[in-house]
Amino acid sequence: MSEIIIKNVRKEFDDFVAVQSSSFTIEDGEFFMLLGPSGCGKTTTLRMIAGLELPTSGEILIDGQDVSRLPASQRDIAFVFQMFALYPHMNVRNNISYPLKSQGMRRRDMRAKVAEVSKILGIEDILDKPVGGLSGGDRQRVALGRAIVRDPKAFMMDEPLGALDAEFREHMAEELRSLHDRMNATTVYVTHDQLEAMQMGDKIVVMNHGVIEQFGTPQDIYDRPATTFVAEFIGSPAMNLIRFEGQLAAGDDAVSVGSHRVAVPQSSATAAGKLVLGVRPEHVQLNDASAEGLAARVVATEYLGTTQIVTLESEHGEVKARTAASIDVGVGENLRLGFDVRTLSLFDEADGKVIPSALHDQARDRAGGWAHG
Amino acid sequence: MSGLSSAWSVTEPSSRQKWIAGILVIGYALITMMPLLWVFLTGFKTPPDSISYPPKVIFEPSVEGYVNLFTTRTRVTPSQLDALPPPANFAEEIVRQRDMVIAGPSKFGERFMNSVIIGFGSTFLSIVLGTMAAYAFSRFRIPFTDDLMFFILSTRMMPPIAVAIPIFLMYRQLGLSDTHLGMILLYTAVNISLAVWLLKGFIDEIPREYEEAALIDGYTRFQAFYKVVLPQAATGIASTAIFCLIFAWNEYAFAVLLTSGNAQTAPPFIPTIIGVGGLDWPAVAAGATIFLLPVMIFTILLRKHLLRGITFGAVRK
Repeated sequence: MSEIIIKNVRKEFDDFVAVQSSSFTIEDGEFFMLLGPSGCGKTTTLRMIAGLELPTSGEILIDGQDVSRLPASQRDIAFVFQMFALYPHMNVRNNISYPLKSQGMRRRDMRAKVAEVSKILGIEDILDKPVGGLSGGDRQRVALGRAIVRDPKAFMMDEPLGALDAEFREHMAEELRSLHDRMNATTVYVTHDQLEAMQMGDKIVVMNHGVIEQFGTPQDIYDRPATTFVAEFIGSPAMNLIRFEGQLAAGDDAVSVGSHRVAVPQSSATAAGKLVLGVRPEHVQLNDASAEGLAARVVATEYLGTTQIVTLESEHGEVKARTAASIDVGVGENLRLGFDVRTLSLFDEADGKVIPSALHDQARDRAGGWAHG
Repeated sequence: MSGLSSAWSVTEPSSRQKWIAGILVIGYALITMMPLLWVFLTGFKTPPDSISYPPKVIFEPSVEGYVNLFTTRTRVTPSQLDALPPPANFAEEIVRQRDMVIAGPSKFGERFMNSVIIGFGSTFLSIVLGTMAAYAFSRFRIPFTDDLMFFILSTRMMPPIAVAIPIFLMYRQLGLSDTHLGMILLYTAVNISLAVWLLKGFIDEIPREYEEAALIDGYTRFQAFYKVVLPQAATGIASTAIFCLIFAWNEYAFAVLLTSGNAQTAPPFIPTIIGVGGLDWPAVAAGATIFLLPVMIFTILLRKHLLRGITFGAVRK
């Protein structure tokens, strides 16, 4: 198993830049997520690691060896395609043993290896079936079998759960994660589903328009988004972005949002002009109209069992709050909003980047800094 | 629909509709097959039966047509005939009834083999080149792809015979006139545009992921092509091969113009039978019948693919 280093990798298709010069490191044994909306360059990045696309510039190192110009067949990387891409003219057994065949493995060894893999995946009973009639889950397992059968250096997975029913995805996601934990293989996984990324990943890279927006653990990305894009992309409902004009000096621990002072984590930079205050819905407190805070009026409530999502209208735009379902809130009610000071982020609206503060310094210490495009 | 219609399926025809459709199809098949059947029957008639009026539908079958097709004969006088030893085989016997003896084999066998060599040879070449070209156009980023594809198609925009004279002169210069190679190259040149266009359509429909999976699994691009793409394209290749073979097999005009003694194919040869010893219709019919067989067998062998090929993967996933 192996460490993968992406160094200043850039990919252009004619005039279109799919991936801007990007760098990050995937550590040995990590379950690594490439997350972003469609067209953000995440699949292109994955294909470049696998060798299905060659980077326009930059280096890709697998275990210290620069493979960026090697063909896919020589990189020893397995790939699970979104539509599985099982060879339709072969049965399950031949599909799984096909990578071994290219290595010239002996027939008997191949059979043993396929038996071993199919036992892990629980597909021993379908080995001699054609792949055409298999269910989505079984196809998925066969595709995984074909990937793990040759003990590759790393696994690439391109939205492998995308073709499955919602109900089955959950189950398969668990299966994938436990398979990874058992094999401890470096896995790079592309998805546009932030929940999937949070649920399964050790590390996440969030991409947008070919640029890496943030790189970090799921907690870092959720609690300390580096850009307004990440703030809005991660979380359901997304982080509230309260736009206002104001100023902030290094060392400040409060900022004026309109006529209100809002306490924020101590800022380590100076900023002025159009700013954005980011606050997760679960960190919005609903207070009586008599309390201090941003004035807002309830426009809708969504009941979700134990919690509810309250949508409010304030002079700085819409704010969503996630509160216990037991709190009684009526549409049209006027409230004051309070924010949990420990988790607030401030962004510069012009470039969408976060204004560093005490909150983010913690993250930097832990993740060793985030990579910017 | 009125309120009375209840459980009728919109897509599934009723059994009565199926019956009507069946009768129509069989009736149409009979009408189109009638000339072929007549040719087939004529091949087994004697020359007098073949031109009798009114035409004979019931007749005593004879292989005289086939004997005449494969032999050349010489007329002899009755006294010469009597002096001969008894006929050695059935063919000799049939021929002597017409006061003739077999002088030797005819050229039909040779011409037929020429047709086989040239027809299948050019089909093979068209498919090999066509598949590779179609794959390249389908998968690689080739500059001016659209223009090149149009250029390839445009070679079919005028009837091939329009270029007969330049080709005739060119072939004479190059020494390709009346050679198997020349005819194979010519038919390949005509068929290749059809092959590229048809096969590109089929290959476009094969998802790239299959090849990418093969590349990942440790195979080279060429191995991925022939181990993964070719089996997937079998349907398209089979139906394209049939179209190519039918053209090359039936081609008449160039064969008349460019071949004579050596590489002449069956189509220009069959009509010449008429001139040998009167209007020998049974021999012509026998020649036509045998000539039909290879394409028919080839098509029957590949018919499963052909049917799927004609629907062009409209229902394939």
